[in-house]
Amino acid sequence: MKVLIVGAGLAGLRSAESLRGVGFAGEITIVGEEPHFPYNRPPLSKDALANGLTIADLEFKRRESIADVTWIFNDSAISTDYQKQNVLLDSGRLESFDVLVAATGIRPRRLKVPGAEKSKFSLRNFMEAQELRASMLGARKMVIVGAGFIGCEIAATARKLGIDVAVVAADPEPMFRPLGAEFGRAMRRRHEAHDVSFHMDAKIAGYLGGDSATGVSLESGEEILGDLVVEAIGSLPNTEWLAGGELDLQDGVLVDSSMRATAPSDLSVYAVGDVARYAFDLFDSTPRRIEHWNLPTETGRRAGKSIAHFLTTGEVLAEPVNFVPSFWSDQYDDNLQSFGILGIADSIKVVEGDLMGDCVVEYLRGDNVVGVVGVNTSAKLAPYRKRFQEIN
Amino acid sequence: MKVHVDMEKCQHYGQCVFEADDVFSLGDDGKLVYKADVDDSRRSDVESAVDVCPMQAITVE
Repeated sequence: MKVLIVGAGLAGLRSAESLRGVGFAGEITIVGEEPHFPYNRPPLSKDALANGLTIADLEFKRRESIADVTWIFNDSAISTDYQKQNVLLDSGRLESFDVLVAATGIRPRRLKVPGAEKSKFSLRNFMEAQELRASMLGARKMVIVGAGFIGCEIAATARKLGIDVAVVAADPEPMFRPLGAEFGRAMRRRHEAHDVSFHMDAKIAGYLGGDSATGVSLESGEEILGDLVVEAIGSLPNTEWLAGGELDLQDGVLVDSSMRATAPSDLSVYAVGDVARYAFDLFDSTPRRIEHWNLPTETGRRAGKSIAHFLTTGEVLAEPVNFVPSFWSDQYDDNLQSFGILGIADSIKVVEGDLMGDCVVEYLRGDNVVGVVGVNTSAKLAPYRKRFQEIN
Repeated sequence: MKVHVDMEKCQHYGQCVFEADDVFSLGDDGKLVYKADVDDSRRSDVESAVDVCPMQAITVE
C-alpha cells in the first residue's frame, strides 16, 4: 500500500506525520518541487527579508515517525493517470499510488502587462525571498503591487530596511477583502505614519523601463517609480496536474470533510492545505479555499486519519470540519491576529480599544460573530475560538 | 515529559493555548506562561501545540 503525497510543504508534512501517527505502516513518498524539506513560510515576508535567514532556520522539525518516508526533491507533478494510478513527474519519472494526496499549494498570481522583464519579483518560496532580499539591499525605493497581507508585510519590512515604499493596488484600501474598508483604512494610516505612500483603486497599464523595471505606469497615466517592483496580487492553486479526471478543480480541489476529493468514482484522491476547498461546518455549508496558517496542519491531520480509517474499514470517515481558520500578521510593531472567517461577515464592531491603536474587532454575520481580529491583543482573542466551536 | 519554549523565539501568538490550555496560557500582559513538567498522558495535545507554533519555538523531551 503506497500513499503518494505531491507537495512538500507544511500540509504534506503533516499528512505524512498523521498517517504514521494513526499507525499506517505502508509506503509514503513525498514529491517537492523545491530542493528543501518542508519549511516555515510566514517569515519569508518578514525576518527572511529583513535579516536573511537560512533554510536551516526555517525548516520544520520532522518527527522520528516519518524517518522512512521517501522524499523526491526538485521535481513536480505534470499529469495524473487515474486509471493506472500514477503521476507523471517533470523529470519523466512515473510515481504510482494507491492513495494520492494533493498538497501542491499555491503559486503567486502574476501581472499580465507589457514592459520590462527584469527587477520584477514575487514572494512565495525561499528562493524568491533570497532574490527579493538581494535586490532590496541595493534599492532606495521600491514599488509593491498589491496591498494584501503579503504586500503590507513586505512594505513594513522594507521601511525597516530604510527603503522608500509605494504601494499600488486595485482595491480601495489595504487588506480590503479580509478586513473591510473601515479597518483597512486604519491599517493604511498606520502604514502612512511610517511614510509608505498608497495609490489605491489603481489599474496597472504596464512596466516602465527597458530591460529592468523602473516602476509601473497606471491607466490614469500616472507613473510610480522604484528600483524594483514586487507583485503581491494573490495566488492561484496548483491543480493543473490533476486535470483530465472527475475532480472538481474550479478553485482548488473540492473535498469532503474527510479531505477526500468529491468525485463520482472511488478515486482515493485527497487534498490538503492551501489547495483544498471544503465546507467549514462550524460556519456554513459553502466550500471555501482559505489560505490561513493553521489549516495545512488541520487538513493534513484529518487526511492522515481519514486515509487510515478508509483503508481499515472501507468507509469514509464522517466527521464534521471543526477547524477555525486562524492567521496572524506582523507589520512594524503591530501584531494582528485573527480567528474565524472574516470574509462572510456583513458588519464589524470594535469591542475594545480603537482601530488606530490596540483593539479587538468582531466580525458579524447578522447577529452572529463569525470572526475576530485583534491588534496586539492576542490574549483577549483566546475565548473566541471556543465560542466559534460552540455557537455558529 | 519536559516542555521547553524558546522565549527568544516566542512571539506570544497563543496558538499553543488552543491545543493544550492546561499547559500553555497567556497572562493578562499577553505573555506566554507554560508548565515545564507535564504528564505523559498529555503528549498528543502538547505535540499538536509544537506543530502549530508559528515560530516553531516549542520542544518536547
